[in-house]
Amino acid sequence: MSTRLVTFTLDDRMYGVGVGAVQEVLRGLPRTRIPLAPQTLAGLINLRGQVLSAVDLREQLQLPPRSTEHEPMLVVIRVAGEPVAFLVDTIGSVVDVEDDQFESPPDTLSGPSRELILGAYKLDDQLLLALDVDRAVAA
Amino acid sequence: MPSGYVASRRVPLFPQVARRPVDVQGIDGCEHRKAGTVEEMDEIVQEFLVESHENLDQLDRDLVALEQSPGSRELLGSIFRTIHTIKGTSGFLAFGSLEAVAHVGENLLARLRDGKMSMTPATTDVLLAMVDKVRELLSAIEAGGTEAGVAVDSVVAAITVVLEGGEPAAAATPATPESAELVAEPEPEPTPEPILEPVADVVADLLEELGASTAEELEVAPEPAPAPAPAPAPAPQADAATDEPAARRTVAESSIRVDVDLLDTLMRLVGELVLTRNQIVRQAGEQADQDLARSSQRLNLIATELQEGVMKTRMQPIDHLWSKLPRVVRDLGAQCGKKVSLAMVGRETELDRSLLESVKDPLTHLVRNAVDHGLESPEDRVAAGKSAQGTLTLRAYHEGGQVVVEVCDDGAGIDAEKIAAKAVQRGLRTESQIATMSQADILQLIFLPGFSTAAAVTNVSGRGVGMDVVRTNIEGIGGTIEVESVVGRGTTCRLRIPLTLAIVPALTVECAGDRYAIPQVSLLELVALDADRAATAVEDVNGASVYRLRGTLLPLVRLTDVLGVESDRSDGHVLIAVLQADSKRFGLVIDRVLNTEEIVVKPLGSQLKALGTYSGATILGDGRVALILDVQALARRALVADVSERADTASTDETLGGGEHLRMLVAGIGGGRRVAIPLSSVARLENIPADQVEQVGSREVVQYRGAILPLLRLNSHLGAYSEREGEDLVVVVYSAGSRSVAIVVDEIVDIVDDETQVSSDVDDHGLLGSALIRDRIVEVLDVRAAILAADPKFYAITDAELDGLATNELQEAM
Repeated sequence: MSTRLVTFTLDDRMYGVGVGAVQEVLRGLPRTRIPLAPQTLAGLINLRGQVLSAVDLREQLQLPPRSTEHEPMLVVIRVAGEPVAFLVDTIGSVVDVEDDQFESPPDTLSGPSRELILGAYKLDDQLLLALDVDRAVAA
Repeated sequence: MPSGYVASRRVPLFPQVARRPVDVQGIDGCEHRKAGTVEEMDEIVQEFLVESHENLDQLDRDLVALEQSPGSRELLGSIFRTIHTIKGTSGFLAFGSLEAVAHVGENLLARLRDGKMSMTPATTDVLLAMVDKVRELLSAIEAGGTEAGVAVDSVVAAITVVLEGGEPAAAATPATPESAELVAEPEPEPTPEPILEPVADVVADLLEELGASTAEELEVAPEPAPAPAPAPAPAPQADAATDEPAARRTVAESSIRVDVDLLDTLMRLVGELVLTRNQIVRQAGEQADQDLARSSQRLNLIATELQEGVMKTRMQPIDHLWSKLPRVVRDLGAQCGKKVSLAMVGRETELDRSLLESVKDPLTHLVRNAVDHGLESPEDRVAAGKSAQGTLTLRAYHEGGQVVVEVCDDGAGIDAEKIAAKAVQRGLRTESQIATMSQADILQLIFLPGFSTAAAVTNVSGRGVGMDVVRTNIEGIGGTIEVESVVGRGTTCRLRIPLTLAIVPALTVECAGDRYAIPQVSLLELVALDADRAATAVEDVNGASVYRLRGTLLPLVRLTDVLGVESDRSDGHVLIAVLQADSKRFGLVIDRVLNTEEIVVKPLGSQLKALGTYSGATILGDGRVALILDVQALARRALVADVSERADTASTDETLGGGEHLRMLVAGIGGGRRVAIPLSSVARLENIPADQVEQVGSREVVQYRGAILPLLRLNSHLGAYSEREGEDLVVVVYSAGSRSVAIVVDEIVDIVDDETQVSSDVDDHGLLGSALIRDRIVEVLDVRAAILAADPKFYAITDAELDGLATNELQEAM
């Protein structure tokens, strides 16, 4: 069984989500910040008249914040019919991975990211970390 | 009935046709009369007609299919059910002939269905004749509101003959060719032009009298029949249909069913259009291009009209809710041993269907409350010198872009002292807090959670969970609720609900570089203080900032503090948006005021809603997202109850609206005098040519929109001399219910949005007092007295209408 994933990078690591969940990929749109909201909510964006929450995956995965000159990309995900945008560093590509490449996260992985990472696909040159979309959205 | 019925609603296709029967190109005078009766036709009959027409179309299809597979139980069952439905409803609506026809038809169909009889050409003929007769009867009902004039005996007789196993009389035969045609061609003209039906009958009657041999008659009735022709003559009917394609639409044709989802989609698209319009208008304003400016102006107008039109499709009369209440009131009254009459005023008032849903429960609760607690028992009422029967009045009307719904009872009223005592007892307020509160404010305490004044917990209400839930629900949809009461006279609960949730007028402001929208409904006024004034005008009460707004202390809340952001305003200027929430007033300090605009409310995810600061988001003209501030939540978050300013709503004067915030129309009446008229009283401003004024007795009247409007010249009413020269009169039209009067003034000066305080009781005949508006003394008109001078029966009739309604409603309730 092979799975098709859309990949992107966060802090030089490669992550992936199922291609079926991805609606589109966008270059940075202006964001409206939401005072009082949790840090992981990076603001609201206007996607063709629809207001979307943008979830900063770096915050979500407790990675160091992105440098200010680096403009994030947006991956629009549909979860239960509702679109949500993920802020990521760069967009990778669409890759097909086999089930036998998959391995559960190591027991040493702790903290909030353990909840969000389903496991790793062992690619030839690096690991592709599969995200649990549903949990990642519930920022 | 299609299964999608519940989720759809009817939209008039050509409302102008339906509303103005005068436009019909009638062929004779009686057409107009008939069209008129259609207008008065009961809604329930209209529904019945539309449904029956749909059913008959189904019936036609079934009958065709039945010819292909005679004896199909399924088809016969379907036909049977259709006819059965028509029979049931017509019996209920007391259409005897229709019921009679449907009844024998049903008998025949039942036998066919049960296999006791089999289909023969003869049975098909009589069934078709029956369907045609049903159509004919429906058309007659639609045209004249009655089924009189349509003879049904022949059809009934023909079916009966078949039922008894005999051959049908020749009477049914003439209908066959026509019916077959109808069946073969689905809906050539599903409802035959109703106008000629009675004519056809007259012809039929004539035939009966004359015998069956004149040449003229042959022209009209294609087949001479020994018995009166059961079906209307087909030829003139067809002519009528082709000659007058644009004539009055029948009920079935003038409305269609539209899926509510489609309407919601349209609404959303229109919302987007409004946003794009805002962008274009803004950009056009920045450029010097005349043509562009003109086009954008046009776009502006069209978009506005489109928006209104689409919004109308989602509007439903409040009667949809109210129609259930007579029963509720009756049952409750019986349960509590109280006599209650229910009056409803303004049942045609429309509001968005999504809002209608949200108002349902709170409204029902208020009505239950009024019957259970508001009204006294008959004995107590008689002892208090009132009639044993209590009156509950529901009133709905539009006012200032909102729908106002009032639930009034003429019961014992609410004793503010008892409320105050209760609040203290429950620990909701302290004695000292109560001491500073006005009577009106104390009454609003009933909306606090955990408050119940019922001496005993009853089955109906009084568990202490009532009014706070009502308030939460109403505020949840951007509405407000207030209560007014006079001890011994009764209580009024007033709901103010926005017309629609989707598009609201809002003020856009800036704070720490971000933009926010504040719904206009919460905004009272804006105060701008420059650095010098701000330094002295903003004072503090042991750390809490306040501002003296016309002598009273207004607590200030800094939006930057609430949101935890840093202001980018360093020049010392202070901008205060004075907001109202839960009858508390407070000033929200913001960095900049940007604009007022109509915003489309976009819902927020539950996570953001849970923050309790934002009620939604919107997209501004430049495409950026702005958050909508939830003023009610802000107030609850920032205001500890006892610091909040008490809104002074002590004034219960009807004419002044009872609120502390009034919009006044200022008009000149000559001699330099200015008169203020509460804008809530004003229906329209018009210019009417002076030569249109006519006399009725000693009164001046004017024709206006097909009605006679009594005229009141305000200058003579108030003893001034008009200085206006010119050929037209400036009139202020004041309406209540179906009655209107026109008040003539010299000129319209201004509409003052300020908080107007009637600052003096220096008054004179016809005035309530005087006020200082924009540094001029303005006389405040006693509208009631002025209207009575123009139309002494103005209020009397309204009351009489009320009484009439009351009896009707009670009968309905029984």
